[in-house]
Amino acid sequence: MANEASTHGHHSATKRIWTVFVILSVITLVEVILGIIKPKILIETTFIYLHLLNWIFIVLTIVKAYYITWAFMHMEQEAKGLRRSVVWTVVFLIAYLVFILLTEGDYIYEVYNNGYVTWDF
Amino acid sequence: MEATVVRTGTEGKTWGGGSKSPLKASYGKMMMWYFITSDALTFSAFLAAYGFSRFKFEDSWPIADEVFSHFPFLHGVDAPMYYVALMTFILIFSSVTMVLAVDAGHHMKKGKVTLYMFLTIIGGMIFVGSQAWEWKNFIQGEYGAVETRGGNIIQFVDKEGERVALSDIAKVLPQERVEHESKNGLWFVEDDSSLPTYSLEEIKKGFQESDYLVRTQKLNKDGAKTILSRAESLAVINNQTVRVVEGANLTRNEYGRPLFADFFFFITGFHGFHVFSGVIINIIIFINVILGTYERRRSYEMVEKVGLYWHFVDLVWVFVFTFFYLV
Repeated sequence: MANEASTHGHHSATKRIWTVFVILSVITLVEVILGIIKPKILIETTFIYLHLLNWIFIVLTIVKAYYITWAFMHMEQEAKGLRRSVVWTVVFLIAYLVFILLTEGDYIYEVYNNGYVTWDF
Repeated sequence: MEATVVRTGTEGKTWGGGSKSPLKASYGKMMMWYFITSDALTFSAFLAAYGFSRFKFEDSWPIADEVFSHFPFLHGVDAPMYYVALMTFILIFSSVTMVLAVDAGHHMKKGKVTLYMFLTIIGGMIFVGSQAWEWKNFIQGEYGAVETRGGNIIQFVDKEGERVALSDIAKVLPQERVEHESKNGLWFVEDDSSLPTYSLEEIKKGFQESDYLVRTQKLNKDGAKTILSRAESLAVINNQTVRVVEGANLTRNEYGRPLFADFFFFITGFHGFHVFSGVIINIIIFINVILGTYERRRSYEMVEKVGLYWHFVDLVWVFVFTFFYLV
């Protein structure tokens, strides 16, 4: 996949750009439609602390992020070292940050809810 | 100088730092990637902080669909998210024209680079304008609300559960309302700059004479806001209310948790600032393209570098869209 676009010449490069545009548009459309109708089954099913619908949104977002980074930012054509130093740094640090902050947020929610102090007076 | 260079005997190897650059990218492009890395961490810190606050108030967070329901020229029509979706498309499309410009640059086609850069700049400007419009609606507010002693926001609905604006409730009373001015003592107290359209007394009186109900911020099992019975509503209105809230600012907002407005202003504002600076940088590069700077340089790599930044702005918006409007 790496150098396909540059070796196949101008035509296939622009074709790939439009393909990716269609993919991104379709994903966005699906997100918006799901966001508006909010299917009941997806909201009622909870999977690892979140509604299934929210997981679908998050996964679709990551797919979009992949296409933007790989195709539009030409990450697929960069050297492996550069790719990893950027992507792995971001992915692991964000995963860590999100994990600790959301865990802490949930803990504070419990304190507000079950503590001896009333917050609504 | 020569004496300070340490010879390791690995000069020929990649890790010896010899003639080859290990990341096979020019200095400028590599540093653009690392700038983007650090900027991505800044944005993820904002979004993670948003997640933190949202988990903290999980059962009373505003519902984005209800907050962002405007569309240009469609007054009074409930259009949840249509406008943000349109903004997302505009930004994705400007990303496409940007990558087409980069591609044309690879083939040294000055005319095409000019055209696509121009379209990208236009797309960026439309996006920033749309965001300004979104801010205006958010700041102005729609229905208005009342704040309770505990700092909670209560909103009003009719029997069918449809939202009711303050103007429908308020009974105009013959009373004189005076705006606090700093010359009348307590000059250091900066209260809300202007009086709300209706006084709390007018809302109370009007509510008592109507059959409207109070809607609290608490989410019920279906993920909708809890609506109190008429008796409970009256009790809340008579005993707990302290002020009328219209629109949103950094201290209080009619949509619910003040933190929601804070994060909205902070995150979309910071992103909007990125789009704005992206447009400025694009314009600079656009002028250079027209002047033929890159033609003389025999390389359009500057277009590629500014393109990286532009795509990054799009990338961030994809996440903001998901976590602020969808989830």
